[in-house]
Amino acid sequence: MTDIFELLKGSPGDSDYEKKGVIVQGITGAYGSLHASNMISYGTNVVAGVTPGKGGQKFDDTVPIYNTMHEAVDATSAKISIMFVPAKFFLGAAKEAINAGIKLLVAIPEHVPIRDTMEALELAKQKGAVIIGPNTPGIMIPELIKIGIMPSMPFKAGRIAVLSKSGTLLYEISDALTNAGFGQSITIGIGGDPVNGTRLIDAFEMVKDIPNLEGMVVVGEIGGDSEEILAQQIMDSGFNKPTVAYIAGRAAPKEKRMGHAGAIVMGTYGSAESKVSMFNKANIPVAKRPTEVPVLLAGKMEKSD
Amino acid sequence: MQLLEFQAKELFREYGINLLDSMSSTNIEEGRKHAKELGYPFVIKIQVPVGGRGKAGGIQKCQNDDEFELKYPQVMDLTIKGEKARAILLEKMADIKKELYLSLFLNRSKRCYTIIASVEGGVEIESVKNQIIKEIGLGEVSDELAKEVAKEMELEGKTADGFIDTLKKLSKLTIEKEAELVEINPLAIMQDNSIVALDGKFVTDDNSNFRHDELQKYQEKTEIEERAEKSGFSLVELDGNIAVVGNGAGLVMATLDMLSDNGGKPACFLDVGGGATTESVYEALTLISELDRVKGILVNLYGGIVKTTVVAEAFLKAYENNLIDLPVFSRLKGTESEKATEMLKGSRTKIFTTVEDAINAAVMGVKN
Repeated sequence: MTDIFELLKGSPGDSDYEKKGVIVQGITGAYGSLHASNMISYGTNVVAGVTPGKGGQKFDDTVPIYNTMHEAVDATSAKISIMFVPAKFFLGAAKEAINAGIKLLVAIPEHVPIRDTMEALELAKQKGAVIIGPNTPGIMIPELIKIGIMPSMPFKAGRIAVLSKSGTLLYEISDALTNAGFGQSITIGIGGDPVNGTRLIDAFEMVKDIPNLEGMVVVGEIGGDSEEILAQQIMDSGFNKPTVAYIAGRAAPKEKRMGHAGAIVMGTYGSAESKVSMFNKANIPVAKRPTEVPVLLAGKMEKSD
Repeated sequence: MQLLEFQAKELFREYGINLLDSMSSTNIEEGRKHAKELGYPFVIKIQVPVGGRGKAGGIQKCQNDDEFELKYPQVMDLTIKGEKARAILLEKMADIKKELYLSLFLNRSKRCYTIIASVEGGVEIESVKNQIIKEIGLGEVSDELAKEVAKEMELEGKTADGFIDTLKKLSKLTIEKEAELVEINPLAIMQDNSIVALDGKFVTDDNSNFRHDELQKYQEKTEIEERAEKSGFSLVELDGNIAVVGNGAGLVMATLDMLSDNGGKPACFLDVGGGATTESVYEALTLISELDRVKGILVNLYGGIVKTTVVAEAFLKAYENNLIDLPVFSRLKGTESEKATEMLKGSRTKIFTTVEDAINAAVMGVKN
């Protein structure tokens, strides 16, 4: 299993400990440049940008821009990249990054064809790389590193892991957690697509053995069965940290795609009831409102004391 | 996008999958011509992009002109799960020996295509017994695998050959069109042991539309959906009276859930996208202003990077241009929310600190 903390943080003694280099693919676009600046302000060590045809220039007068991922990786030895390219260029950009040696690829674009995601995943598997997304807000260790488009304000360093399919709900729920005194050790945006580079169970594997982890929050939504599979995995693994879930889309009509490509109930496949009942079976309470999450988490912690 | 049955069957025909003779029409005059051409008996089938048609009375047998004149308008007038008839398909009656189930779908957790087949078809997939499930990767179904499935289903002779042929053609279609789901239920064994697709369900991966011009003719969008898409929004029309607007699909779904929990009835789901600008919120209000059933607007924005004042400007502009005269119940979280609240003082937009308060006010507001 991927040691996500080794990738994001490294080990004490590494020359780049807690300042791992990040390459931004598509750094000169409106979206890419906005979030590159935001990430730099947050303290993320953005070491290079890539935009074909703009090699040799500098972003913000400091970050060198390269024409290709190979050049950028050769020059910086970075293992992490974040991608801001139009969906139809996702597959090409993902292949380029992974072939250049990237081990953690955060794919922001929405509307990537499923087939392209699956192809990128096959290559990632061969090369031992991890893809987060597509259609993800990103991943962060609050107050240390942000590789994504999330605002800084809701997050605070702490000991709760938050896994979420939705971006704005990740912000909303982290905000509620922070206000209730629950900082986050890591937050991982899974993405709202039908096929996710990092599934909920993969993200669970990444966080379950974090030293000092005090709890976990899972923000799911209708569509697919990744919440059900996660609930089963939590039961099977004997994971005993206080865990709370939230599922969006209880009131959504069947057979309608609710904004996210993956948020669709077909028959009973993907229904909120199915997810809620599996979480209940795993003894994981499911909040009815985002603001109820910290309340339920506090309740679980009291019980486990 | 879920295709209509007759559209799915057009694709089946193109790929050589056996079908009964059928013709689709959108009015009874056209239907009468088809009735004459096909000859009785046939089945009248409503064309809606949802399942459960049979139970809702959307599939009717027809033996003669009198029955046709009675049943065609009846079926045409049905609304199934909120969907009105897009067309009527007349299909020859079949002499069926047995009904099978066959589908290929994109297995989201396994990240590959998966076959589900059963000798006990004709009911909804949840009730299909003795399912044979095969994960097949990203490529087409091989001859060996198709034979294996037929064997496990205990099909023999001509029936087995027909099934193997159908499965391979269906897999070619699924892969080439990048479908998320293609289902034939029932897939019939006829009296002469041939295999025929009696129904067809086809769900596309809309994100791959740019590679599939040939599927664009099946796009059925209302004008309002088309405009929403052009603005980069996701819009789902619902039948209540409170329009729900927000940024981010998860947040808008959560708002729908909370509104419904509080007895409110959502008129639509409108996600303006992760970000929000004065222009996008103004355009969202423009779309909503055209939905007659809307009595109030509930706005739930979590503007992390977005300034809420930018959103407040959109409301003010909408009032200034007399775009809306509806009450707006809004929760704007993010930077400069105090300033935004100040800007909207005295306007029809009420700002609330929590979404719960905004929802309660909206539910009360549309009642009065």
